Amino acid sequence: MSLDADQLVPHTQAPKLGDIFIQFLIIGAISFGGGIIAYERILLVDKRKWLSSDEFMAYLAISQTMPGLNSVNMAVLAGDSLRGALGAIVATIGLILPGSLFVLGVGVLYSTASDHPLANLILIGIAAAASGLLAAVTYRIGEDNWRQIKSLLIIVATFLLMSVVKLSLPLVLLIMAPIAIYIYRPGKGA
Amino acid sequence: MSLLIHLSLSFALLSILAVGGGTAVLPEMQSLLSHQFGIDHTQFIHIYSIGQLAPGPNMLMVLVIGYQLAGLLGASIVLLSFFLPSSVLCFYMGRLWNRFGESPWRRAIQNALEPISIGLMASGVYAVGKASIVGGITAALALVSFYLILRTKINPVWVILGSGGFGALLMTYLK
Repeated sequence: MSLDADQLVPHTQAPKLGDIFIQFLIIGAISFGGGIIAYERILLVDKRKWLSSDEFMAYLAISQTMPGLNSVNMAVLAGDSLRGALGAIVATIGLILPGSLFVLGVGVLYSTASDHPLANLILIGIAAAASGLLAAVTYRIGEDNWRQIKSLLIIVATFLLMSVVKLSLPLVLLIMAPIAIYIYRPGKGA
Repeated sequence: MSLLIHLSLSFALLSILAVGGGTAVLPEMQSLLSHQFGIDHTQFIHIYSIGQLAPGPNMLMVLVIGYQLAGLLGASIVLLSFFLPSSVLCFYMGRLWNRFGESPWRRAIQNALEPISIGLMASGVYAVGKASIVGGITAALALVSFYLILRTKINPVWVILGSGGFGALLMTYLK
């Protein structure tokens, strides 16, 4: 991170909408291979000091609890805290714009070339690696949870209902959420 | 027209069910698309995998699904339906959250939802794995990728591209 003039003066006023947009656009364009939350933390806490570390953690907790992608939720919350509803909108659009154009470009190619034998072979290898990636990410996110019997039971029960019993997702949530909240209810110790 | 409405409602529902992020809704999305929109598991996995190469949030591949089914209009409808409902919900929840501050129930709900979303992610892994691991070569590629991403600092994009190239080579010459 370069030290620009911006960093030397403390922010006494809210950042400009254009600035929020550009900063999130950069994250949206360079975050190949995931880890967007880390880029967002660097931007919000370290580079621009738009949020304190505590604020960031609080927003991260909300992002993770609410439905939707964590990185997108974080952009919504940070944008709102900086510049209200408009801030939330420009941050979110900035974050998803570059990837959307990329995906759309590749998608058009896929629509026209998916019958090509070589394209097909490459896609098979790409898909295999993607499942390895997904498994690794899931393993890492769950790291603390695999070792606790309470959370492990909830993980296994949710997986079984979804993948073996093959209930629909709303039903799985309706069954598991009350049980899990009961298990973790306040006063029982975390 | 009815296709667009159907698409938009389906993805809006997936959006507010995506507790713990996009991976949690992968199995649901996969079965929905195959039963109601005629996108089979292989196609779905291809699109999902291509999406992993893109920068930005990892579910932008929903755009390709929209594009395949209904062109550019379909892509924009799906993008809006998938990202708007959860974002609006999060927006208002963020404001409520600030008003109510720290409460023991907030912690409890967060703790409770975490293992559920990991369970759902595991189902996502299972769904993607089942459709993409079709033999010895793909199983080996998946394992090596898993190991590399977990144990090294290599950017996953290189792993995915490498697996695509190397896999194509293996499958061409080992057949």
